[in-house]
Amino acid sequence: MAKRIVVDPMTRIEGHLRVDCEVDNGKVVKAWSSGQMWRGIELILEGRDPRDAWIFTQRICGVCTTVHAIASVRAVENALKLEVPLNAQYIRNMIITAHGIHDHIVHFYQLSALDWVDIVSALQADPVKAAQIAQSLSDWPLNNATVFKDVQAKLQNFVNSGQLGVFASGYWGHPAMKLPPEINLIAVAHYFQALDYQRTANKIVSVLGSKTPHIQNLAVGGVANPINMDSQSTLTLERLAFIKSIIDELGDFVRKVYMVDVAAIGAMYADWTQYGAGVTNYLSVPDLPLDTMGTQFELPGGYIQNADLSTFKPITGYQDAFFEGGVKESVKHAWYEGGKGALHPYDGETIPQYTDFQDDGKYSWVKAPTFNDKRAQVGPLANVLAMAAAGHEPTTRNLKTVLDMAGAVAGAEIPVAALHSTIGRHAARAVRTGVILESLENQWGLLMENIGKGDYDTFNEPVFPKGEVRGVGFHEAPRGVLSHWTVIRDGKIANYQAVVPSTWNAGPRDEADEAGPYEASLMDNPVAEPDKPLEVIRTIHSFDPCLACAIHMVDTEQKEITRVQGVGAQCGVKF
Amino acid sequence: MDAAVHTFSMTDTEAAQAPVLVLGLGNILLQDEGVGVAVVERLQRRYRVPDEVELLDGGTSGMSLLEDMRNREHVIVVDAVRTGKPPGTEVVLTGEEVPAFLCNKVSPHQLALSDVLANLTLMNESPHHVTVVGMEPVSLETHLGLSEMVADRLQALTETVIEHIRAAGYEVEQLDPEAWKKNVSLMTEA
Repeated sequence: MAKRIVVDPMTRIEGHLRVDCEVDNGKVVKAWSSGQMWRGIELILEGRDPRDAWIFTQRICGVCTTVHAIASVRAVENALKLEVPLNAQYIRNMIITAHGIHDHIVHFYQLSALDWVDIVSALQADPVKAAQIAQSLSDWPLNNATVFKDVQAKLQNFVNSGQLGVFASGYWGHPAMKLPPEINLIAVAHYFQALDYQRTANKIVSVLGSKTPHIQNLAVGGVANPINMDSQSTLTLERLAFIKSIIDELGDFVRKVYMVDVAAIGAMYADWTQYGAGVTNYLSVPDLPLDTMGTQFELPGGYIQNADLSTFKPITGYQDAFFEGGVKESVKHAWYEGGKGALHPYDGETIPQYTDFQDDGKYSWVKAPTFNDKRAQVGPLANVLAMAAAGHEPTTRNLKTVLDMAGAVAGAEIPVAALHSTIGRHAARAVRTGVILESLENQWGLLMENIGKGDYDTFNEPVFPKGEVRGVGFHEAPRGVLSHWTVIRDGKIANYQAVVPSTWNAGPRDEADEAGPYEASLMDNPVAEPDKPLEVIRTIHSFDPCLACAIHMVDTEQKEITRVQGVGAQCGVKF
Repeated sequence: MDAAVHTFSMTDTEAAQAPVLVLGLGNILLQDEGVGVAVVERLQRRYRVPDEVELLDGGTSGMSLLEDMRNREHVIVVDAVRTGKPPGTEVVLTGEEVPAFLCNKVSPHQLALSDVLANLTLMNESPHHVTVVGMEPVSLETHLGLSEMVADRLQALTETVIEHIRAAGYEVEQLDPEAWKKNVSLMTEA
């Protein structure tokens, strides 16, 4: 008989993701993804000055502050057809890429590695053997027995002090944990090192954005970073040189540690290339504009249908009707008043209509977006596939690097098709990190070159016309396509909708009752122990969910609540 | 927003770390959820604190606060807190109550914070003292600005935080109202 398990967030004030699964014969046969809180943050923006919208939108989410700020200024600029000076584009692009690298590193090590790595097992490892294995994979200088011994001692102290409970959701000893102790030790050592390097990446955001977690340097029309080579209070050569030194440091960690770990651990969990594909229509948008109007981009994006890269259709720019016209949202299964069919975001309505959790009716606060009336998966996988389909050289090269490394560990060639999976999403994220690292280096060079030409412009003053204008700002954020849609009337915001990456992936069934990406990806997932559904968590975490925070579990048969606090889960405000 | 007024400061990222961190947490878009941020903003606007005390609006950040909390002598977390007491009640937690508070999940941000503290513990770089100064929320509706009751009690809560800064050995000076009115507040005090 099918058993229902509910992986539910805590009743946190901010409410998050709940995933229900029916498990039969050790695998998932039906799944529901439910956002547990209504935000309605868009309503706060109505009537406000569009120039201030980004300051509020970056408060929507604690993890994604920067990305909402970027999408917001782009939406207003798009509505005004406002050009953005080249320097401002380059500075924004550096913030975007540095933030992306930070976010991807934190996701792999701090938020999801413990789904795959058993840190208790690392205590049994032989540090000398671990060093030999690590050195065979990479020439990273910290891959040595002394470092691994230190890490093991630190870990032992931690466990002895009885503090392991802080990682309450660790599934130590779960039958789905397959790594040998030495690999677990290497991964734990890199977990520690990642804590340092994610900070390194964030430093670039702080220097350019003036502050984190909430950057302060954006403006509709450009950035508020005056460039003046003679003034210490502005962006100077010294500061730019400092940024370059950080980029170099970061590059070593990404190439010699992160990409290697994902390839090696992925190869050891090769069976997970068989699970988690779900929705294989992929949507991503081009990013890192190279001109003032957003018609040329460093990174391509577009739409792929049915996992077939030959169907790739690029999205060409901020004015491209293919994206702007293709997005709709359905509320048939979401707790909003509906009956009008799926609506375009400019016409979107957000009128709450709460029912109970209805398996065949309404069960989520998240709307269900579609692209040309089909569900689409977003995120690094969608982006990497689009860039590869577009023939983007750094992507094909980095993709080959990761697949070759994984193939060497697995002892068999790993095809691109393996990416349509739970483990494939991790691999794609590592590939994308390698790609945007090169973009960060490139954007730094472009900024230096442009300043060298004597162009110090960073800002164009926005002018708001009488009457109505509308615009969309899109951004390929770490979790995928983010779009902000605004209608501006007489210089004030009349409507504002944010269609966020987790909406695309976590949305409930749509107008045609088709499952969303989370739901579809869980089908046929193995579940060895229904009261410890590590496998369900692995697949959901592979999306980098920005709305799963703490999770606890309700066995509806026994009404017994077991809390499973998620180390791998994201925190902060989501949606 | 005047794009021209913002300037860089190397001190944003390069200055030596202050021993005391006052960390305001919360989402200002959810009414009293933002009370911690409101206190930090009031301190920034109306008071002068010495260099040894850093005031930080942490919003709803999670892991990115790791660097901010690492190895501090004293972290004073200001946040909306739910302990079952009446709305508007001030709550101060110290010592052993802090981890218990985090494990019992009574704050909206406890998870982010408990993950950060777990990682700091693992690295043996935890702050030496953590104090939570909080207030029971009245309303958590989607709305910018505090409820009337919490807004009325904001000054008292701010003064409680100041007492804790003083107890850590640092003086806090109140600015002349004419001076602080020039300091812009976007979030809480129009």
